Amino acid sequence: MTTATQFGYADLPRLLARLGGDEKHDRTALSTLDVLWVLYDRVLAVRPDRLDDPERDRFLLSKGHSPKAYYAVLAAKGFLRPEQLDGWTGFASALGGHPDRTLIPAAEIASGSLGHGLPLGVGTALGLRAQHRRGPRVVVLVGDGELDEGSNHEAIALAGRLGLDRLTVVVVDNSSATHGWPGGIATRFVVEDWATRTVPGHDHDALHEALTSEHPGRPLAVVATTEPARRSA
Amino acid sequence: MSGATGTGTTMREAFVATAGHLLDEDPRVAVVLAAISADVFADAARRHPDRVIDVGIREQLLVGVAGGMALTGMRPIAHTYAPFLVERPFEQVKLDLGHQGVGAVLVSVGASYDWAAGGRTHHAPGDVALLDTLPGWTVHVPGHPDEVVDLLRRAARTDDRVYLRLTNDGNARAHPVGAGFQVLRTGRRAVVVAVGPVLDRVLAATARLDVTVLYASTVRPFDAVGLRAAVLAADRADVVLVEPYLAGTSTHAVAEALADVPHRVRALGVRRDVELRGYGEPADHDAAHGLDVAGIAARIHAFTRA
Repeated sequence: MTTATQFGYADLPRLLARLGGDEKHDRTALSTLDVLWVLYDRVLAVRPDRLDDPERDRFLLSKGHSPKAYYAVLAAKGFLRPEQLDGWTGFASALGGHPDRTLIPAAEIASGSLGHGLPLGVGTALGLRAQHRRGPRVVVLVGDGELDEGSNHEAIALAGRLGLDRLTVVVVDNSSATHGWPGGIATRFVVEDWATRTVPGHDHDALHEALTSEHPGRPLAVVATTEPARRSA
Repeated sequence: MSGATGTGTTMREAFVATAGHLLDEDPRVAVVLAAISADVFADAARRHPDRVIDVGIREQLLVGVAGGMALTGMRPIAHTYAPFLVERPFEQVKLDLGHQGVGAVLVSVGASYDWAAGGRTHHAPGDVALLDTLPGWTVHVPGHPDEVVDLLRRAARTDDRVYLRLTNDGNARAHPVGAGFQVLRTGRRAVVVAVGPVLDRVLAATARLDVTVLYASTVRPFDAVGLRAAVLAADRADVVLVEPYLAGTSTHAVAEALADVPHRVRALGVRRDVELRGYGEPADHDAAHGLDVAGIAARIHAFTRA
């Protein structure tokens, strides 16, 4: 077994810098950073040396259009070598502007076009259930703007009706949906019989508690609220 | 459950029976539905509630779920009406299967205009041409229910991306399926490639012509070697494609197969230049597109005399 170098949360700015990202100027891209850190640091049962373990938890980054935080956390946790961050989006780089699972073994899905991760996550949960694998969790990260895509609502309805209790959706809510979600995002899940939690998106303990809360017989939606994205004119 | 073969069985019945057997035999197999055909899969769903999934009338989810199940190592068979399987969720077909590097068997019913009276919304003459924009798809266009049984069984054993296009139309008897076009008749003046359910019409239309007739129940991959051998054995490098979907869908494959052979191609199929706003029966549409025996015969005669 090889043990890759592990970094801490304090190392993330340095890793992000290799991707040309810094917190001051890249707020949208980094809205997911704390959620990703808590997931990989404290929640997901997945290891760099066991990526083909059928009992591993699955993390599906659906909001694939801002992958810097994802790549930085993967590097910090030994799923990527830090030097892979250099020259990202170059022609020969494994790290693109959107992640590709066939180029990065740690990425469960290739994403970029919005609204694909949650249906794939429902299928993944159904595939595991059909194989009687009750252990693995399936965690999908989406954005609040991404929820505009109708395919999500096909998946939210079915997951609720089928009671897919190994499925968790994290909605990073930076108020970027064009027409907003009056009444709050969580209500869209509540009516489909999901368990829901809404927590501050940068509070590690609150995220951890929400992501590990019990939700027997029902899927779980965790809405992680962050600062509003700057709206383009 | 009875076997899937025999007279009176439709392609859809052969598909449902075979998929039911595959569910019984292979724990990797799952069937994903979007309301269509849920009634005929009810028995299989009772036997395998975790492997027969009806997502409701949600076709983006139909393909996304198939992709997700494939990511866990399952072998999903996703099924609905052709326009709702290939056209409506086309981006899911592109991204949730191909781009993820996983496969599924997509099984459609309805074909180009099986439900002619249903109108344009339920017609899919462009399905094969659309899939042709994506790499790595195997496309089967069976001409008989018995061919459906063999093609589905073969597809279930792989992890490939496979499209199985069922129709109510068809030929009087089945032909062996597998790699390569079947040589049904040899002649000197042209090579006619008949795809799936148009075969009997092609045989009738060319009964008194000195032409080679090749039968294709699999069009992707395209049997370039078989076509080339047939063309080189004839006196003239003239090829007629007769396809039950958009005319010319395979013309580029013929051009590639004969890249170094001066040749002519005549491509027959569903017209591309008009949206035919007619109802009626499939035979009415065959006639309007020149895919009835008379239309096929007239154009092959004209081509081989030119």
